[in-house]
Amino acid sequence: MERRDILKLITAATGVAMVGADAFAWDKAPEATSAKDAGFTTEDISLLNEIGETIIPATDSPGAKAANVGATMVGLVADCYTPPEQAEFRQGLKAIDVESKAAFSKPFLLLSATQRHELLTKLDSIAKAQDEKVGLGWAVHQKPSHRNMEDKGPVPHYFTLMKQLTLFCFFTSEVGATKALRYVSIPGKYDGDMPYQKGDRAWAT
Amino acid sequence: MANNEYDAIVVGSGISGGMAAKELTEKGLKVLMLERGRNIEHIKDYTNAHKEAWNYPHRDLPTQKRKQEEPVIQRDYPLNESTNGMWASHQDSPYVEKKRFDWYRGYHVGGRSLLWGRQSYRLNEEDFLANAKEGIAVDWPIRYEDLAPWYDYVERFAGISGSRDGLDVLPDGQFLPPIPLNVVEKEVAQRLQKAFGGTRHLIHGRSANITEPKPEQNRVNCQYRNKCWLGCPFGGYFSTQSSTLPLAMKTGNLTLRPFSIVTRVLYDKDKKRATGVEILDSETNQTYVFKSKIVFLNASALNSTWMLMNSATDVWEGGLGSSSGELGHNIMDHHFRVGASAEVEGFDDKYYYGRRPSGFYIPRFRNWHDDKRNYLRGFGYQGSASRDGWNRNIAEMGIGAGLKDAITEPGTWRIGMTAFGEMLPHHDNRIYLNKDKKDKWGLPVLEMDVEIKENEIAMRKDMKDDAVEMFERAGLKNVNGYEGDYAPGMGIHEMGGARMGRDPKTSVTNKFNQVWDAPNVFMTDGACMTSASCVNPSLTYLALTARAASYAVEELKKRNL
Repeated sequence: MERRDILKLITAATGVAMVGADAFAWDKAPEATSAKDAGFTTEDISLLNEIGETIIPATDSPGAKAANVGATMVGLVADCYTPPEQAEFRQGLKAIDVESKAAFSKPFLLLSATQRHELLTKLDSIAKAQDEKVGLGWAVHQKPSHRNMEDKGPVPHYFTLMKQLTLFCFFTSEVGATKALRYVSIPGKYDGDMPYQKGDRAWAT
Repeated sequence: MANNEYDAIVVGSGISGGMAAKELTEKGLKVLMLERGRNIEHIKDYTNAHKEAWNYPHRDLPTQKRKQEEPVIQRDYPLNESTNGMWASHQDSPYVEKKRFDWYRGYHVGGRSLLWGRQSYRLNEEDFLANAKEGIAVDWPIRYEDLAPWYDYVERFAGISGSRDGLDVLPDGQFLPPIPLNVVEKEVAQRLQKAFGGTRHLIHGRSANITEPKPEQNRVNCQYRNKCWLGCPFGGYFSTQSSTLPLAMKTGNLTLRPFSIVTRVLYDKDKKRATGVEILDSETNQTYVFKSKIVFLNASALNSTWMLMNSATDVWEGGLGSSSGELGHNIMDHHFRVGASAEVEGFDDKYYYGRRPSGFYIPRFRNWHDDKRNYLRGFGYQGSASRDGWNRNIAEMGIGAGLKDAITEPGTWRIGMTAFGEMLPHHDNRIYLNKDKKDKWGLPVLEMDVEIKENEIAMRKDMKDDAVEMFERAGLKNVNGYEGDYAPGMGIHEMGGARMGRDPKTSVTNKFNQVWDAPNVFMTDGACMTSASCVNPSLTYLALTARAASYAVEELKKRNL
């Protein structure tokens, strides 16, 4: 049992909130909504991982699937996206297979890597064009929590949302930050004149 | 001594409160430090200090639910997962915005000393003279020379890294070696020197991050993680927890009481002295009285002012210090969120190692020496140069291995800077009690009526145009000026409310930060500032606090308080 669950039980039994280490520190951030509560299935997460892997594939370093971006994405969709973004994303998840069947007569998961790349490249162009028309050309680079509940106006194309989430979830993951990029937890010094050779990885932050 | 009696009470445990407690306890006084929030122990309670982005449920992003719950702190960077709970909750501690005012507060032991930006600059000689010369507000009752030795003292103690640049606009101090500039920043600095005939200076930021260990304070030098706001397990930056509190504790003279909301300063109208404070225990809602010979109010500018407004109301309806007509007035901040960015060509064979907690600084040059503008005072820039990371736009790249290969390598060098401008003290920029709205403890809350006016608006044009001009004349490409939204308070440099002055009729506190109407009450946080300068203010609070504490102890010995 998780420590916080034990604390919850004690609180329920005694009516007194525990004053322990947790109450005297930086607060723990609320957990992400579970995939199930957010209305996503394991199949949805697999599909998102495969979409992610098509956007950021394994090369000489691991890709999006290795970082399990799908699992992180659904939590961000449920908690950080506004309802209009969520709606666009959810209908987009269904639309992927519709597009896939129209182009290749098969659902996305049954496509070859080449076919997946071809399909999503097409969607990427459509999404870019649509976003730019409504002044959302930068949306792919915005943080998934960028939009506010009060914001009116169009939301980005669903593929932009998928790409935004894939990039964000991958490069903030341990795999993405330490294997595809470089990360040193405790650098210990600053060198502002370090030699760089083409091919050296960028720092994660 | 009864257990509710002390020599001194310090209200607040942030940057200035910690310094007051250290100075007073080291001089032998029995001190009670009161903090409205919870305790946070150095290192042990820095629970996120070793977490990475992937350890947070939403990768450190705020959720929509949290944004709704925290309508104020969500307006800027404070709302995230890594500092969850470290910025005061609007739900428990609301305030009223007659005009928009962003108030970011740290209600816990250490206050915002755990969360601050750590940039540390001295005010200059002109900063103390400008009000009098220009007929603005009132004259400072002190001059640079009065504070200079105290700047020396607190810089040596806190540990400020920086370079000695020999500029009259930004006096040098007692510095540890600077946090290095990178190769591109050095190049731009040289180009600016050349382009502006030596009148514009891009220098090392001066920061309260130590570049050499301070074994006497058990502090290790900065490890270049740039995670200061999580509490530093190395003691790499100056905070109450890393520096002042351990030394105050070591004297055996300090009692720290968290969960203690000071509701008023108790006042003896016959002796014209404070006798102590009344507190509300924020957990039990019990009221307690603590007595002392002197009181230091260091609860942050607006909260220290609030305390005076709630005190001695049987003598003055507007509270202790209101006889001047200036209590709660002349509220200031630094206005910012305007500047420029640009691309720097070349340097493709250069990169950097480590994450600095500070960058470069360009001190004020407007209305300095022979320069004259259509507004008063000036501004400085803070900035840095770095190479683009993964989250950059590569227009021709769609998806797949090509995209991944491209964005996992560093991109173009880019430099950016943001101006921080001086805000003039205006009598009608004010805060006052709103007795209709109450906080979680039933206490009246503050209402904010503060705005930037013509002088700041005129200055903002230069803040942007000058940034663009400097980058263009330095030969940089794709120069973009920007101006984001700014509301007072966003700078998190709240100042004023109980300004220092030479006359009790026009100021709340005197040249030693004593409240004119109760000389054993000292205000040494941002509330006492007579003008704002354009430099980050905390170092000045430290110097004023150390000076006032020394004076208070001398006066106590002479039985003058």
